[in-house]
Amino acid sequence: MQQIRWLWKPLVFLACLLPALRLTAGALNALGLWHIGGVALGADPVKVMLHTCGRWTLNFVMITLCMTPLRDLTHWVGWLRFRRMLGLFAFFYVLLHFSVYLLLDQSGKLGALWQDIVKRPYITIGMLGLLLLIPLAATSTAAAQRRLGRRWTRLHRLIYAIAILGVWHFWWQVKKDIREPLLYACGLTLLLGYRLWKQRRSLARISVARLAKPDEA
Amino acid sequence: MRKKFTDSAKIQPSEITPYDRYLSRRALLAGGLGLAVAQSVGGFGRSAFAQPAGALTYVRNAALSVPDAPNSYADITTYNNYYEFGTDKSDPSQNAQKFRTQPWNVAIGGEAEVTGTFSLEDILKAHPLEERIYRLRCVEAWSMVVPWVGFPLGDLLKRFKPTSKAKFVEFRTLYDPKQMPGQRSSVLEWPYVEGLRMDEAMHPLTLMAVGLYGKVLPNQNGAPLRLIVPWKYGFKGIKSIVSIKFSERAPRTTWAGAASNEYGFFANVNPDVDHPRWSQATERHIGASAFGPRKPTLPFNGYAAQVASLYSGMDLRKFF
Repeated sequence: MQQIRWLWKPLVFLACLLPALRLTAGALNALGLWHIGGVALGADPVKVMLHTCGRWTLNFVMITLCMTPLRDLTHWVGWLRFRRMLGLFAFFYVLLHFSVYLLLDQSGKLGALWQDIVKRPYITIGMLGLLLLIPLAATSTAAAQRRLGRRWTRLHRLIYAIAILGVWHFWWQVKKDIREPLLYACGLTLLLGYRLWKQRRSLARISVARLAKPDEA
Repeated sequence: MRKKFTDSAKIQPSEITPYDRYLSRRALLAGGLGLAVAQSVGGFGRSAFAQPAGALTYVRNAALSVPDAPNSYADITTYNNYYEFGTDKSDPSQNAQKFRTQPWNVAIGGEAEVTGTFSLEDILKAHPLEERIYRLRCVEAWSMVVPWVGFPLGDLLKRFKPTSKAKFVEFRTLYDPKQMPGQRSSVLEWPYVEGLRMDEAMHPLTLMAVGLYGKVLPNQNGAPLRLIVPWKYGFKGIKSIVSIKFSERAPRTTWAGAASNEYGFFANVNPDVDHPRWSQATERHIGASAFGPRKPTLPFNGYAAQVASLYSGMDLRKFF
């Protein structure tokens, strides 16, 4: 367990930062402030930054949701020690995604942002997903977890709804080629389906146990 | 029903000039027109004779060009929407390199006196080339400025003597999934179909492009022959054209067929009519300053003075 804390966590942390570092280098490149090969963002750097941050938000939501199934499959509880950090990285990338959208794409115009939120359903659900992530990030500390007790678990189930909103947001904004959002939707169906299946199985066990009792008596 | 093209064209095989010889002949012709060459040189500081292979000779049409600075050759040739070669902007420049544009034929059909299949050389040889710097506005709310080389579509269409029944022109892109990997997926209906109303097609701004930056059109930009309608969204500019057909009814165009609530037949650039999922009021100009502000989109992409009259009395919200 000490190895997780002092070796694996820092390594995973750095790996999670890589997409953001690459984008930063690319942005400096696009601004003409720095020239380094392999990080060019192409003809439309703002769009690349926007979409990359959006994708990584979804990736981190999905990876976070993989931790419980991985524990069940491998019988190693260590996976859960990474869950908070991965979830917070999802929040980090969604904040970057939103900042690129507001500051670079819409030139910081709050009026334009509000127009988009009211007028365009894919932005409405995207914003909703972002807002719902805020309480989860705010209650991610061990202290908050202790303080909230059972309510913490219930609150953090919001991640399922957030994941659905995220994939939906992606799906609605693509022009025509839905293969990528479809891939995310399939992954999410598996991850959520697994939880449903687990829940039904344990419910069935409980009811079987309850039915079994009178027979025993 | 598929219309059978008759080879009733009055063009003899002996009149056909190979494309390369055609190109060199144009260069010779231009040699006699010192003024014309000087004008084209003035455009980008490059001589028609000092250019690498694929160089075209053309006259710069300043009257029909915008004063804006063109985007870089790199931007124009690596940021492309050409779904036949993939849906990512960088796919066409990677996947279209081996695309064969020679030999190339164009079938002319429908309501016209002259119909049949013509080689590209046949199509091109009657038309002196001009360079026109046009604004390009994509329906995805980005824009560029592109120095096309081509000739007016109207001049080409007149050669086929459209009949009084010809109210629309329909264009088709090559269908060849072996060469065009994007056509192996069903992301759109293939082949790509676009169309114009006859008066739009005959408008002097409507261009058949064969070149870019003074050189033969790169494959990813729609070689060897593509349409440019600068006051409409970019998807109207059908690429790699193999068929032109005159018809009485409006053709079913690809994007309008794929999502008729999002893409109309006219597709005129209009800041007041939003795409259902995004605003068309502003655009991000590619290449300008990477993180500069968006700029306002102009009605008819800034060509309102020349083309707005084509649509007088039409409800542009309905006919978007």
